[in-house]
Amino acid sequence: MTEIAIKAEGLGKNYQLGLNAAYGSLREAVSEAGRRTVGRLVGRGEKPEIDVLWALKDVSFEIEQGEAVGLIGHNGAGKSTMLKLLSRIAEPSTGYAEVTGRVGSLLEVGTGFHPELTGRENVFLNGAILGMRRSEIRKRFDEIVEFANMERFLDTPVKRYSSGMQVRLAFAVAAHLEPEILLVDEVLAVGDAAFQRKSLTKMAEVARAGSTVIFVSHNLATIQALCERAILLERGTVVTDAPVEEAVTGYLRALERAASDDLETRTDRDGRAWEESKVKRLAIYDGESDEPDVVVGGRGAKIVIEVTEVLPMMECSLTILNSLGHPITTLDNELSSAADIRDSGSGPRIECRVDSLPLIPGRYRVDVLLRGRQEIQDGLQAAAYFDVEPGVINGRPMPSIGADGDVVLPHTWQLPA
Amino acid sequence: MSQTATKPTAEVELETPPPETIRLEATSGFGRVLAPRELWRFRDLAFQIAARDVTIRYRQTSFGAAWAILQPLAFMAVFTLIFGRFAGIESDGLPYWIFSLAALVPWMFFANAFLLSSESLVMNQALISKIYFPRIFIPAGVVAAGCVDFAISLLILLAIVLIDGIVPPIAILTLPLLIAIAVMTALGAGAGLSAINVRYRDVRYVVPFATQLWFFITPIVYANSALSEPLRTLSAINPMVGVIEGFRWAVLGNGSAPWDLIGVSFAAAAVLLLIGLSYFDRVERSFADLI
Repeated sequence: MTEIAIKAEGLGKNYQLGLNAAYGSLREAVSEAGRRTVGRLVGRGEKPEIDVLWALKDVSFEIEQGEAVGLIGHNGAGKSTMLKLLSRIAEPSTGYAEVTGRVGSLLEVGTGFHPELTGRENVFLNGAILGMRRSEIRKRFDEIVEFANMERFLDTPVKRYSSGMQVRLAFAVAAHLEPEILLVDEVLAVGDAAFQRKSLTKMAEVARAGSTVIFVSHNLATIQALCERAILLERGTVVTDAPVEEAVTGYLRALERAASDDLETRTDRDGRAWEESKVKRLAIYDGESDEPDVVVGGRGAKIVIEVTEVLPMMECSLTILNSLGHPITTLDNELSSAADIRDSGSGPRIECRVDSLPLIPGRYRVDVLLRGRQEIQDGLQAAAYFDVEPGVINGRPMPSIGADGDVVLPHTWQLPA
Repeated sequence: MSQTATKPTAEVELETPPPETIRLEATSGFGRVLAPRELWRFRDLAFQIAARDVTIRYRQTSFGAAWAILQPLAFMAVFTLIFGRFAGIESDGLPYWIFSLAALVPWMFFANAFLLSSESLVMNQALISKIYFPRIFIPAGVVAAGCVDFAISLLILLAIVLIDGIVPPIAILTLPLLIAIAVMTALGAGAGLSAINVRYRDVRYVVPFATQLWFFITPIVYANSALSEPLRTLSAINPMVGVIEGFRWAVLGNGSAPWDLIGVSFAAAAVLLLIGLSYFDRVERSFADLI
C-alpha cells in the first residue's frame, strides 16, 4: 500500500489588502479604530473597505510518498503561496493539509548565512535552519566540507568568501539534507545558473531515492524531466491535476490565451509591487514587413518592446521558447556589445534586432524581463507569440515543421564531387 | 529518511524517528509559543540561533567581551562624578561608585536585551519569510546571548567587590532569582514589542526612548529608600526595582532584605512575561504574511 505524504483539503489563503496592509503605522491603526468607534456611535457604521485577495482558494489534492509533482501556473497563480503553506511558513485561511514526514526546502543560496560567522559556524547554523539535527550535521560535517572543497577556508568569515564559494558551501549543506518531502521553488533559486543546475541534479537524485518532491518552476522542460505529475494552478485554484504532459499542455494553452490580452493590464507579472516601468507592448516584426508576429526564417527580424517609463540604465532580456515551452535562446543586453546603441531620443521603446532569424517554421513564444535602476522592474511570460514561415538561410531552404530541433545554423558543406 | 549515494550506517537508521503527520490549518487562540513539544522539536535550531547571537556580538571588535563590563564602568564613573559628587545623592551609606555599579550591571543587561530583542524579528525577516520554526527563538536567542555578557560582567563585579574588601553575604544565593526576574522582564517586554514591531515599525522609535524613561523610574542613580511608603513598595511594580535593590542587598550586603520589593517585582515580571508571550503567541501565525 502506498502512503499519502501530503493531503490537502479545501486549502485556501487570503491576504487583506488596503487598510490592514502590511506596513500600517500605529497612528493609522489608532485613528482607524477611533473612526470606527465614532462611526458606530453616530450610527453611521460605514464599513471600512477591506479588499481580500484569495491567493489560493479551495485547493484539494493528495500526493503519495515518493511522487515527484510539479506545480505550474502563471505568476500570481498561487504556487509560492502553496509552498509557504506546505512548509508552515504561513497558515492557511481555510481548509487543511496533512503532511507526513520531515519537510525540507531548497532555499535561495545562503538564506540564513551570517556574514560575520565562519564557514564552519555557518554550516551548523544553515544545517539547523534547513531542519537538520545537530548530531546529523556533525556526522556529515566532513562530507559537507569535502563536497564544497573548502577545508582551507573553514575558519574564515563568510563575508570574505567570493559569491561562488558561498554558493558552494550553501549547496553542500543543502545537498546533505535528506528530507522525506522536498519543496523546491525555482524562483527562490534565481541568480546562479550553476546552483540551479546542481539543485536540479540533487532533486532528481532525491526523487529517485524515494522522497516526495514538490517542484515549482517556469521551466517546463525541467518539470517534464523530473515530474510524472503536475498540478496547474490558475488564480489560486487547481485547473488541472494530471500526468505532466497533459498539465503542461493546459498551461501552454493558458499562456497563449494570456498573450492576446492587453499586456499592461496583465497581473501575472514578475517584478516588485513598486515597479516604475512596465512592458506595454511587445511585438516581433519581419525585417521586410510591418505586420507584427509573423516572420520568415532566415530573414532579419526585430523585437520591439514599448515600456511605460524610461528609467536610467534600462536593461532587457528576451527568452524565445518553442511550442513545448522549452527555452531556445535568451537575448540579454546585460552582456553588452560595442554595437549596442543607447539613444536618449528613442522614447520609451526598446528594440532588439536579429540579423538573420535561424528558427525553423513553427510557433514560438517570447518571455520578457525588464530591469532598470538595478532592479527587476517587470517580467512577463508569454508576452507575445509569433509564427515563423519557411525561409532560406545562407541560400539553403529551411527544414520544415517536424524536423529535429528548433534552430538552423547558417552553414555550408564540402562534399566529394 | 531517504538514502542517497552515501551508505548510511545502521546507527543512522536506528535514529530515524517514524514519520509524523502534521496537520496544517488555520488556528486561533493560544498554544504556539507555549507548546513544549514544538519547542523541543526545534531545540537544535534554538541553540544555533542563540550561539549565532553570542558569536557575532563581539566579532571583529578588539575589546571583545570586555565591552560587557566597560559600559557599566564608564557609566559608573560619570554617575559617581555627577550624582555622587556634585548632586550629592544619598546612596544608602555605600560609596557611590559601588552603589551605582551594582545597579548598572543588571540594568545594562536588561536594557541591551530589551532593545535588541524588540528589533530582532524585523532584523531576521529573511529567515522568517522563508522557513518555519517557532519564532519565539529569535527574541529569546537575543536575550540568551545577553545572558553571556551578563555572566561576564557579573563575575567582574564580584571580583571588584571582593577586592574592595566587601565579603558578599549569604544573600548572594538569591542572585539566580533576581537574574530570573530580569530575564523574564526583558523577554516579556522584548518579545511583545518585537511582535508589535512586525506590524508597526513605530516600535523602533519607541523602544530607545522608553528605555531611557525606564532608566529614570528605576533606582539606579538614586536609592529606592528615598521614596516614602507606600510608594516605595508600589514602585516595585517596575520589576527592575526589585532586581536592582535586590542586587545591592545580595552583592553588597547592604541594609535588610528587600523581600517586599522582590516579591512585588517577581509578580510583576511574571505578569509582564505572560502578557508579552501571549501577545506574541496570538500574532505569531501572521508574521510571515506581514513582515
